[in-house]
Amino acid sequence: MIESLNHLPHPRDNAATLADNFSDLAPPLNDRQARLESSRCLYCYDAPCVNACPSEIDIPSFIRNIHQENIQGAAQTILSANILGGSCARVCPTEVLCQQACVRNHHQECAPVLIGQLQRYALDNANFDAHPFQRAAATGKRVAVVGAGPAGLSCAHRLALHGHDVVIFERCEKAGGLNEYGIAKYKLVDDFAQREVDFLLQIGGIEIRHGRTLGVDLTLTELRQQFDAVFLGLGLAASRQLGMADETAPGMLAATQFIRELRQADDLTKLPLADRCIVLGAGNTAIDMAVQMARLGARDVNLVYRRGHEDMGATLHEQDIAKAAQVRLMTWAQPQQVLLDDQGRVRGMRFERTHLVNGRLCATGETFELAADAIFKAIGQAFDDSALDDPMARELQRDGERIQVDGQLQTSIAGVYAGGDCTALGQDLTVQAVQHGKLAAEAIHAQLMLNVEAA
Amino acid sequence: MADLSIQFAGIKAPNPFWLASAPPTDKAYNVVRAFEAGWGGVVWKTLGEDPAAVNVSSRYSAHYGVNREVMGMNNIELITDRSLEINLREITQVKKDWPDRALVVSLMVPCVEEAWKAILPLVEATGADGIELNFGCPHGMSERGMGSAVGQVPEYVERVTRWCKTHCSLPVIVKLTPNITDIRQSARAAHRGGADAVSLINTINSITSVDLERMVALPIVGNQSTHGGYCGPAVKPIALNMVAEIARDPETRGLPISGIGGIGSWRDAAEFIALGCGSVQVCTAAMLNGFRIVEEMKDGLSRWMDSQGYKSLQDFSGRAVGNTTDWKYLDINYQVIAKIDQQACIGCGRCHIACEDTAHQAIASLKQADGSHRYEVIDAECVGCNLCQITCPVQDCIEMVVQDNGKGFLDWEHDPRNPYAVRA
Repeated sequence: MIESLNHLPHPRDNAATLADNFSDLAPPLNDRQARLESSRCLYCYDAPCVNACPSEIDIPSFIRNIHQENIQGAAQTILSANILGGSCARVCPTEVLCQQACVRNHHQECAPVLIGQLQRYALDNANFDAHPFQRAAATGKRVAVVGAGPAGLSCAHRLALHGHDVVIFERCEKAGGLNEYGIAKYKLVDDFAQREVDFLLQIGGIEIRHGRTLGVDLTLTELRQQFDAVFLGLGLAASRQLGMADETAPGMLAATQFIRELRQADDLTKLPLADRCIVLGAGNTAIDMAVQMARLGARDVNLVYRRGHEDMGATLHEQDIAKAAQVRLMTWAQPQQVLLDDQGRVRGMRFERTHLVNGRLCATGETFELAADAIFKAIGQAFDDSALDDPMARELQRDGERIQVDGQLQTSIAGVYAGGDCTALGQDLTVQAVQHGKLAAEAIHAQLMLNVEAA
Repeated sequence: MADLSIQFAGIKAPNPFWLASAPPTDKAYNVVRAFEAGWGGVVWKTLGEDPAAVNVSSRYSAHYGVNREVMGMNNIELITDRSLEINLREITQVKKDWPDRALVVSLMVPCVEEAWKAILPLVEATGADGIELNFGCPHGMSERGMGSAVGQVPEYVERVTRWCKTHCSLPVIVKLTPNITDIRQSARAAHRGGADAVSLINTINSITSVDLERMVALPIVGNQSTHGGYCGPAVKPIALNMVAEIARDPETRGLPISGIGGIGSWRDAAEFIALGCGSVQVCTAAMLNGFRIVEEMKDGLSRWMDSQGYKSLQDFSGRAVGNTTDWKYLDINYQVIAKIDQQACIGCGRCHIACEDTAHQAIASLKQADGSHRYEVIDAECVGCNLCQITCPVQDCIEMVVQDNGKGFLDWEHDPRNPYAVRA
């Protein structure tokens, strides 16, 4: 399964216990809970929650619809702004987005309306006879979308809505991107990512070609020639490396790779169990990795970060999830050396303690060792340059390693747009990617229709 | 501790909290439980002539608030559906066992003197403390010429009251229906007939909701419905006004009033008493919570009275009556302006959009650098209507501040802008 972890044992728990360990982290609201929670919404004017939502969902409106038992209406409001509203309801860090902005956080209550949960309730319980959006008359225009992640899917749906035909080129077997391969299992249960993709595709006019990879069997040059416009939703496909000796030793692995395996595993009992493990990093992926290994049964999970709690990319809510899973969050320590046993497998890691000197992170000179059967790297994702390897792709202006786009999500090449994590615009969040896809589709549509009128 | 005992129209009770004539006072079992719980008195559910009334199923429906709290209840129950004999026997026993509590018997018989002449001695023989004439029930019985059918015609009210005073020595309380245009007409009629007191309000004609699947109003009986009588918190404002109208009417001044309508807390009771009531009657709150609520009502009222230095209910009964007047006597020169406490403001924008869309465009929405909004009152535009304060979800965030405009008291009667002003 995962070669570098093949030497490890399997979980001690049986399948039923493991399934329970990976069940819904935040169980859905029932009707009564949703009605009570929706009644807490103050229906703010110029609502701060809407300002805080990257996909600009009209939150007061959909919550009012829930309260008035118009669940379909609520769902349509959400989906018209965010076609992946179902997964966003589950994976959005609402504690730093809409729910942080909620005016119910004020000192008299200190508790926001549970906007994410209400959004999930609306979408789980809406019962549409047919896809709630109807395509406009066919325009005859064809658009290529590279990547069937949140950005690409969102873009494709909006383009299809406007009557364009879309072909999505996707490297993996399944569509969904990080929703399918990169989110902790207990955040998106019951194959939700695929169900959402199926729903989205109901609009029609979208073809997904799997097993096609830009830079391998596909070039931007040919896409630009064959289609009226191109959208790149490439994501960040490469995992950052430590740049340290023995980084490929058995027992060393990128967290994303393990999460991907876990997400796709039909039988959790067959997964490798690192009873003692180290997770390097401090973002939500690091937390997802640490918590999932703890839920597989690992008894000694250490998440190590070179700076302090307040600098962690993971939200406080995420950190609490880790603490509840008995994950130890160690701060102010950085990897110094991978420690191997006599068979060349990981047996632990030596760290050196860090501190700030005049604002710069420095090693203190003090070191310590942690025993571990495996070390998971979650120190960030990077843009995979090999995707942009043809003559036209090499021309793309870059913003650091990522693709440069303007406010309309257009790249430096006319007719080529990009969005999601492969651009530097906004935060690296699913909901941000959905918004990029949507806005890019609107820009593409405007451009294509302008050309039609001119002609 | 303050003394909560009362003497109302000659009827003594250890506290002013009585259960109104309704299902909670239908039989000895309930009434004994109520007395055990500490209620000061009960008005026994309305007795009528035999054969006893027959009830339908179902009987109640409700109007709910946003959190499913019951704002109002609606019922289509009739008067007692037990025989007169059983009721009288139970009343006799309960009064004997609970001599210190007020036990008033509600009555409703056809609008002929013989009917009243026949039942009154029977009731008097039970040892009950008084009778209450049910001229209010707005459903069912009214179709048979009783209940609100009597209460809506002042002459009938006066006539039946007089019969009761003639054929019975007990204090007579006349229960008034709110399903009229001017409550004072009914109260004056009762007063003329010799009533010792009035009680109000009885229930208001209502339909609480409609089942949109079955296309039938609630409560449902088979495939039909009928209007019922509305009670509970939602009717309190209507009841308070009607009580005040009677309390400040020169023709009925001093007539004891037993307040009814949405009373569920000591504060509700205190408000009714402040507007002139000598006792209060409770039904819906007890039906929703059980008899135990009287504990908190007694405790709360007595502690509040202590905090105000009131030793007995007489000390504050009717104190708010003098301050309730006609619009034309209000001070036209009095002015308040909204003031938003920016520290308390949570930025929901409700005050702004309410004022902007529906009132006086007196609250500015100022966009801040961080994307949030600051809401500021434009003093020159504010008319002091209270709307912003009402829609604000934060307690004490918006204050209506009295303005010192240097103008003295001036009412409309003397305002030069009034073409019919009284010229000095």
